[in-house]
Amino acid sequence: METKLYTLIIYSENFAGILNQITAVFTRRQVNIESLNVCASSTPGVHKYTITCFCTEEMVVTLCKQMEKKIDVLQAHYFTDEEIFIMEACLLKISTEGLLQNPAASKAVRRHGARIVEVNPTFSIVEKKGLTEDILSLFEALNEMGIVRQFVRSGRIAVTRDCIEHLDQYLEQREMNK
Amino acid sequence: MAEKVTGAEALMLSLKNEGVTTIFGYPGGSIMPTYDALYDYTRGEKKSFEHVLVRHEQAATHAAEGFARVSGKVGVTLVTSGPGVTNTLTGVADAMMDSTPIVVIAGQVGTAVLGSDAFQEVDLVSVAQPITKWTYQIRRAEDVAWAVSRAFYIARSGRPGPVVLDFTKNAQTDLVEYKPANVDFIRSYVPSPEPKEEAIKAAAELINSAKKPMALVGQGVELGNAQEELKAFLEKADIPAGRTMLGLSALPSNHKLNMGMLGMHGSYSVNIKEQEADVIIAVGMRFSDRVTGNLSKYAKQAKIIHLDIDASEIDKNVKTTVAVVGDCKKTLPAITALLKEADHTEWKESFQPLRQQEIDRVITPATKPTSGPLLMGEVAHAVAKATNSESILVTDVGQNQLMSVRYYKFHKPRSIATSGGMGTMGYGLPAAMGATYGAPDRTVCCFMGDGGLQMMIQEFGTIMEYQIPVKMILLNNNYLGNVRQWQDMFFNHKRSFTPMVNPDFGKVAEAYNIPHRIVKDRAELQDAIQEMLNTKGAFFLEAVIKPDANVEPMTAPGRAVDEMQLNVEC
Ligand SMILES: Cc1ncc(C[n+]2csc(CCOP(=O)(O)OP(=O)(O)O)c2C)c(N)n1
Ligand SMILES: [Mg+2]
Repeated sequence: METKLYTLIIYSENFAGILNQITAVFTRRQVNIESLNVCASSTPGVHKYTITCFCTEEMVVTLCKQMEKKIDVLQAHYFTDEEIFIMEACLLKISTEGLLQNPAASKAVRRHGARIVEVNPTFSIVEKKGLTEDILSLFEALNEMGIVRQFVRSGRIAVTRDCIEHLDQYLEQREMNK
Repeated sequence: MAEKVTGAEALMLSLKNEGVTTIFGYPGGSIMPTYDALYDYTRGEKKSFEHVLVRHEQAATHAAEGFARVSGKVGVTLVTSGPGVTNTLTGVADAMMDSTPIVVIAGQVGTAVLGSDAFQEVDLVSVAQPITKWTYQIRRAEDVAWAVSRAFYIARSGRPGPVVLDFTKNAQTDLVEYKPANVDFIRSYVPSPEPKEEAIKAAAELINSAKKPMALVGQGVELGNAQEELKAFLEKADIPAGRTMLGLSALPSNHKLNMGMLGMHGSYSVNIKEQEADVIIAVGMRFSDRVTGNLSKYAKQAKIIHLDIDASEIDKNVKTTVAVVGDCKKTLPAITALLKEADHTEWKESFQPLRQQEIDRVITPATKPTSGPLLMGEVAHAVAKATNSESILVTDVGQNQLMSVRYYKFHKPRSIATSGGMGTMGYGLPAAMGATYGAPDRTVCCFMGDGGLQMMIQEFGTIMEYQIPVKMILLNNNYLGNVRQWQDMFFNHKRSFTPMVNPDFGKVAEAYNIPHRIVKDRAELQDAIQEMLNTKGAFFLEAVIKPDANVEPMTAPGRAVDEMQLNVEC
């Protein structure tokens, strides 16, 4: 079966130890987590996890069901890239000397729509938001010049394109059944 | 203002609030404040519980499991931190696999020293999470009532399972105003999803159109207390049924639609016919690999209807045509109401020739031999008969388990406790102890092997001290028989570390003051069983079994269910 990149959006109560339980669902089934972001959601007391992984659709369905089975997990859904707005970001620490000596470096930064947010005599910081491929392309361009000292890429964050807020609906319905 | 009590006493009051009567446990350093409170709650005017001091913490969890299985109530275990609670984990994992509701309360070091590798500190939450339905660390006395109520609610509701509470020492000693909590709602947890009407309709339509329907009955029917609903369902549409090992007493053995047991060592006809049925209705079972054999060849011709309370079981192993998620206590009658009365006589009768082959080639030789050493099958068969099929069967793991579940008969619900998913040797004896507390009016018969008995033989001490009326039947082949059978079948007869030199078990029983008897001769078997049943309280009956007999029939691992062999070739 075909594997592709899925983005999972998971909501849980804000209890200790839930991240452990969520990642264990992946490890047990031999699925690597490509990226992971955890933060408070817009609903008070609810945490949001955005996780990407490569797997089959059959597997991603299993992952979601197994996560929802955890007592304190509210919802787990999976999406393909077309179904969500996506954002990732990166920071590059590069040598200032290298930047000044390589005109192609500034060009690459501009071409990728990245920003230089700090310049000092030793190093400069480049910041870029965008999709994985864009970010990696910028990194590769600068890295080829041998001027990159540090590189870090964030986990993916995403919101759905759906007009219905499934979490709100779920919570409302649960409150009604209380 | 209400009087303040310690967190430990709040635990006592919370357990009382949950209707707990029996606690299986073992004390130690970090649970001492709780044992101090327990002392007062097990005697005198506050007496609320009976506490059974086991001889190993693993026994405490298995006893809680046995208690839960036969009573339908939550089993309770109380132990200390570190080695105390790590000893319970085999039972916890066992309860997770077999959906058994237990609550394990373990001491923990004080919050001030958590994470410092304090004496007997273990990171219990991390260790227990993957093998529990819920794990929680109680860090404040204020949280005791809530956490206990939530623990019991989670353990017993929906698909039941084990819960572990990690009870820090300061939460035990701090003072709190006790207010009972009654958790019956958790917004992130839907224990029993509302069945979908379309699914009920689709299931009924499929069953109404079936020519060769077959039901697979699992423990879910017992857990849902839907034994009568199941009968009505099967009877209306005349559906023959196989039961899983854990579901054996969900449908009485002598019911006319019971065709036998599913699985690797189940009934021949049931295994063969799974590959011919046009509609399979699975009720509260999870298509374990011990049931399906080679999954890629399993029931490919059939449309599958799966009734389960746990949505994550749907399509996990076998793809369904119709999934009915919900409590079978509700879904079964809802489907039954839409069923047409049917008559599948011809289909049912087609099981008979296969059944007859199994009787001739396996069952009769196993249960009615006339010469040679005693066989496990005949002992199990004779004990079931002598108890009018009304006793509770508890088993250990191995050939003793497979033969006793094959040849026991069940006329009452909740009559079997055996370790299914985990196959935990050592389960039998403590689970049987627990079962006597869970069903004090019933006879509990525990079948064990010489290997498994020795994993928990220290529980003779518990049985002696509390005069626990377990009827113990040791099927002694002086082998790790089940492994020996596989070695003979698949490893060229290389009996690698499966023969065992055993002690005189009777003398061990004697040391604990447990009445015992050893039986070698067939002629004596009935009499020995009668002596066991007529003796008040515990009894240890050792049957000297043929050393190298095999469990038959068998579907070899990796084979399809219809490749089951009646007689195994070694
Ligand atoms: C704790 C544990 N260890 C090992 C096994 C593997 N195992 C399964 S059956 C078996 C042999 C059991 O021997 P015995 O208790 O004498 O029962 P018999 O098969 O001879 O009836 C073993 C070792 C197991 N199931 N559980
Ligand atoms: Mg043995």
